[in-house]
Amino acid sequence: MITESKGTVKVITGNAAAAWGARLSRPDVIAAYPITPQTTIVETLARWVDTGELKAHMIRVESEHSAMAAVMGASAAGARTYTATSSQGLLYMAEMISWAAGARTPIVMSVVDRALGPPWNIWSEHTDALMLRDSGWILFWAANNQEVLDSVIQAYKIAEHKEVILPAMVMHDGFILSHTTMPVEIPKQELVDEFLPPYDPPHYVMNPKVSPPITFGNIALPADYVKFRLSIEKAMKNAKKIIKKVAAEFKEFFGRWHGDLVSYYNTEGVDTIVIALGNVAEQVEATIDSSKELKKRAGVVKVRAFRPFPKEEIANIARKVSNIVVIDRDISFGWGGILAGEVRATLHEFRVDTPVYSKIMGIGGDEILPEHIEKSLNEILR
Amino acid sequence: MTKTIYDELIEREDLVLPGNTSCPGCGSILALRYVLKALGKDTIIVIPASCSSVYQAIFPYSSIKVHIFNTAFASAAAVASGLKHALVAKGYDDVNVLVWGGDGGLIDIGFATVSGAAERNEDIIVAVYDNEAYMNTGIQRSGSTPPGAITTTTYAGKSEEKKPMPYLMLLHGVPYVATASSGYPLDLYQKVKKARNIHGFRFLHIFAPCPPGWRFDDSKTVTVAKLAVETGYWILWEAEQTDHGLNFSISGPSRPYIDPARRKPLEDYLMLQGRFRNISPEKINLIKKYIDNQWEFIKRFLE
Amino acid sequence: MTQELDHLILPISHPKIGAGGKTGAWRVFRPIIDENKCIKCLLCWIHCPENAIIVKQRDQIPQIDYEYCKGCFVCADVCPKDAIKKIREGI
Repeated sequence: MITESKGTVKVITGNAAAAWGARLSRPDVIAAYPITPQTTIVETLARWVDTGELKAHMIRVESEHSAMAAVMGASAAGARTYTATSSQGLLYMAEMISWAAGARTPIVMSVVDRALGPPWNIWSEHTDALMLRDSGWILFWAANNQEVLDSVIQAYKIAEHKEVILPAMVMHDGFILSHTTMPVEIPKQELVDEFLPPYDPPHYVMNPKVSPPITFGNIALPADYVKFRLSIEKAMKNAKKIIKKVAAEFKEFFGRWHGDLVSYYNTEGVDTIVIALGNVAEQVEATIDSSKELKKRAGVVKVRAFRPFPKEEIANIARKVSNIVVIDRDISFGWGGILAGEVRATLHEFRVDTPVYSKIMGIGGDEILPEHIEKSLNEILR
Repeated sequence: MTKTIYDELIEREDLVLPGNTSCPGCGSILALRYVLKALGKDTIIVIPASCSSVYQAIFPYSSIKVHIFNTAFASAAAVASGLKHALVAKGYDDVNVLVWGGDGGLIDIGFATVSGAAERNEDIIVAVYDNEAYMNTGIQRSGSTPPGAITTTTYAGKSEEKKPMPYLMLLHGVPYVATASSGYPLDLYQKVKKARNIHGFRFLHIFAPCPPGWRFDDSKTVTVAKLAVETGYWILWEAEQTDHGLNFSISGPSRPYIDPARRKPLEDYLMLQGRFRNISPEKINLIKKYIDNQWEFIKRFLE
Repeated sequence: MTQELDHLILPISHPKIGAGGKTGAWRVFRPIIDENKCIKCLLCWIHCPENAIIVKQRDQIPQIDYEYCKGCFVCADVCPKDAIKKIREGI
């Protein structure tokens, strides 16, 4: 039986996939500043805007701080917006990232993970985006180029959902995904339009033509401020439900599943679970796949949504196994692996006493090879 | 009775509401009254950290009767750029987007943002009220503080010179650049009215005396502003790009002072303000040099 | 967190006269327009930073709104006829 194709398969880079995800989502306003390894996203979008293939206002801002400021302003006026950045640029806009979450502007941003300097380093590491884990943004890690495209589209639906209204970041590894090509099915525009309706702000619009005057964000006393921040936390809680809902809907529409908050690989009947973010998890999956012994003993939980953190999912699977290994492509100095820390805290909160082993790999884009993963796992599994 | 500017001003709605939290005699909010009278209610203001963030008063109330988006310090001109693009993308072409901030947010920390928006010729109005220091955080010096002025971070009076902001903006070649003053509200009103009907990047630099910051009696705001013009220190001008080139003109109230002989002595202006207490002769000369440099610079546009 | 909270509580304020309270209470001295001296030039109304002087039409003596007037006396400073008296509050 031949089913009608839902799109066209092209062999493209992760950055091209991100650009396609953005283009298909029909953003009204894009503002971005180039930074390796994100540049080709911005260049692709700029080309499409100039040829008319993408009808969007593109603001070639003079800094990342201004990029986030501009998309936040645009979103406040009711526009769907997109931007992209990496490491240094991400931290430069950190203040505005926090402001955008507080302003409840459902921006979607691609972050091409890159290590922070000094010294200058353009290769992949997750610390950059993880540094913004407290900001109030929903955080997704994509494991392959198809997931990059799909997650950008899903991110809009989640961010703009009436029960959420929070901005979302979709991360993909610098060079490993951003500049390597994989086959990616680019869905048909009509299908995406059906899946993703236009943005309809339920809370406020900065537009005197549609509402009487309001002042957003003037000073508030502590007791009131608390309510606003708790409101963001409530939205994050709602987001867990919505992320699952949207992932399921996406599967129905497009026939693809990357997981919702997490995804599971070979987790039945094993005594060890490896937990990692995005592409690192895929590396572990490939390693386990190639070893009969490992496959009997170890499975993988890929953390796809880091915020809101999938506490229940991790606690539930941890109860069923004897070992948890967390591989972090990041480090919080003076503490250790960030994902490992969150997993440990989760298990404690849920009274699960499965031991958690923390491995930090791939700092600064250092290669994470199957032999490194095998060696680490074998040490623990002994 | 023929209709005059006064009738027009009485008719135009006052969008700055009384009972706000500005200091008594505030030069900034006085200017905002006229900026908003000229722009009208189809206006959104983007306000960075500044006195104007504070004189809106406290949640759940606001003292300004137009849409306001409060944003982080350096970001105002970029937020305004995004806002304007979104409105146009959504089909709303005639909403004024105004940035209203102090010399801190627009001349110092936000300078790159303002310059970037100017270079892109964003369709927004950026209006700086220059009270010549970071007043909102308690009177610390800014790039726009004149030499000799005492602030909490220049106890001995500022050594450096005043950043020539309106001239920097003039050289960006944007459609409209003008200087104005709280002491001349009608001049300001006319300039904003003109700016409202121009497309592209418009910049207004408004002189806004600050009683607590400059150390003068609350009632003297307008007198101090007028003396600044009468001594030639603050020059009222406007520069509009037209099809026939740059149309630069000195505004009425400043015209008499093209002639240095007609300018009042600078000391008359300095004497009224506690911030120039004990100012050294060297620093007075720096201010005089600043005045002379300005008039020299604009001469080339007068030919 | 035990309280069921709305996820869309936002820091949105609405314009109101007296957003900062009855700022007339800030006054130490009260400005009073002497109706005999006033020539209705409207300069006081134009220069009031607070927008606390009310003028509804041109040929009218301005009325000071004492609920909000902060007593800065810019009005007195710009008045060409010295028509604004300064009286201490509370007497």
